[in-house]
Amino acid sequence: MNASDPGGTGYSADRAWTLAFLAWVIASASTLGALFLSQVMGIAPCVLCWYQRIFMFPLVFVLAAGLFPFDARLVRYALPLIVAGWLIALFHVLVVAGVVPENIRPCAQGIPCKDQAIEWFGFLTIPLLSLIAFSLIGVLLILTHFKVSK
Amino acid sequence: MNKNVQAKNGAQAAGQSKKAVFIVSAIVLLAVFVLGTLVYNRDKLDKGAKVAEQNQAFLSREHSPRLGPAEAQVHLVEFFDPACGTCRDFYPLVKDLMKANRDKIRLSLRYAPFHAGSDNVVRILEAARKQDKYWQTLEAVLASQPYWAPNHKAELEYVWPQLRNLGLDLDRIRRDMYAPEIDRVLAQDLADAKALNVTMTPEFFVNGRPLPEFGYEQLQKLVNNAVAIAY
Repeated sequence: MNASDPGGTGYSADRAWTLAFLAWVIASASTLGALFLSQVMGIAPCVLCWYQRIFMFPLVFVLAAGLFPFDARLVRYALPLIVAGWLIALFHVLVVAGVVPENIRPCAQGIPCKDQAIEWFGFLTIPLLSLIAFSLIGVLLILTHFKVSK
Repeated sequence: MNKNVQAKNGAQAAGQSKKAVFIVSAIVLLAVFVLGTLVYNRDKLDKGAKVAEQNQAFLSREHSPRLGPAEAQVHLVEFFDPACGTCRDFYPLVKDLMKANRDKIRLSLRYAPFHAGSDNVVRILEAARKQDKYWQTLEAVLASQPYWAPNHKAELEYVWPQLRNLGLDLDRIRRDMYAPEIDRVLAQDLADAKALNVTMTPEFFVNGRPLPEFGYEQLQKLVNNAVAIAY
């Protein structure tokens, strides 16, 4: 295993590092993007957005810690966060799409989760961006895992 | 791309270049964030004058409580929530601002009761207005806010004891507070808040212009500018 090989001399270890690094880039961009929407543009996050943030923000630090020195186990530590965030993002997308019925919506009070402040190109909403980000990070880390165990 | 470079270099160099890639990426991401913020804020400021024009229609309503002479040239509109802690903190600051610019500012209060239950507190304020005790009641309500709004939720039963020493007819308030004209005031103010994109309280408009950025200094600056232009 290259996990015990800090610095990563092998070709596939370099590949694995690059994949994990790309996952970190997406997590960082998503985190800064979320902060831009709420702190700069002043769009208040709804309850579901907050739960997705809870799982996205730590990825920036968990993944960074696993990159130096490269530790293949970062996949293990990051995946639970990704799975949880992905499920909430999926639920949120379904709420926005109207697939999830009103009565089991958890955000009746405060900022409505169904109302979308942003709809780029007519379909790209914030929860959809979140779902895409969690999916990409998940796929990249699964690829990292297979690269390392090869 | 950097993969190929790294494969050629030794382990040490590869580790170094990874760190460089990481640090450069982090700096680029942060720089994009900061630049985006600057561009967005400048854009907002440019639009400020145009927005001020459009805002006028939603800012001034006959029903709103006012302070200061009607002929004052600087019109300060505050959207507030009686249960909002920052509104409570701003109340004396706004008064100071008006005192410092005596007779040059007129204040209109608009309601944006975003906290749960605080619309009922607005109803009490409006009912007290019918007894010509609006400002005393507002001050008593704001002063005692920590008692009746624990956990950011307005608890009506804790508001009543705070009104005892104001000489108010509380029974009359209980009768008046659900009058249809108060329903209309609340509905109109909330509709205007929505039209003006007021999502947080307090929100200030100085002659129609929103604060470029929230803060007391920013409000002071905007007011002083408006006073300098008008007088």
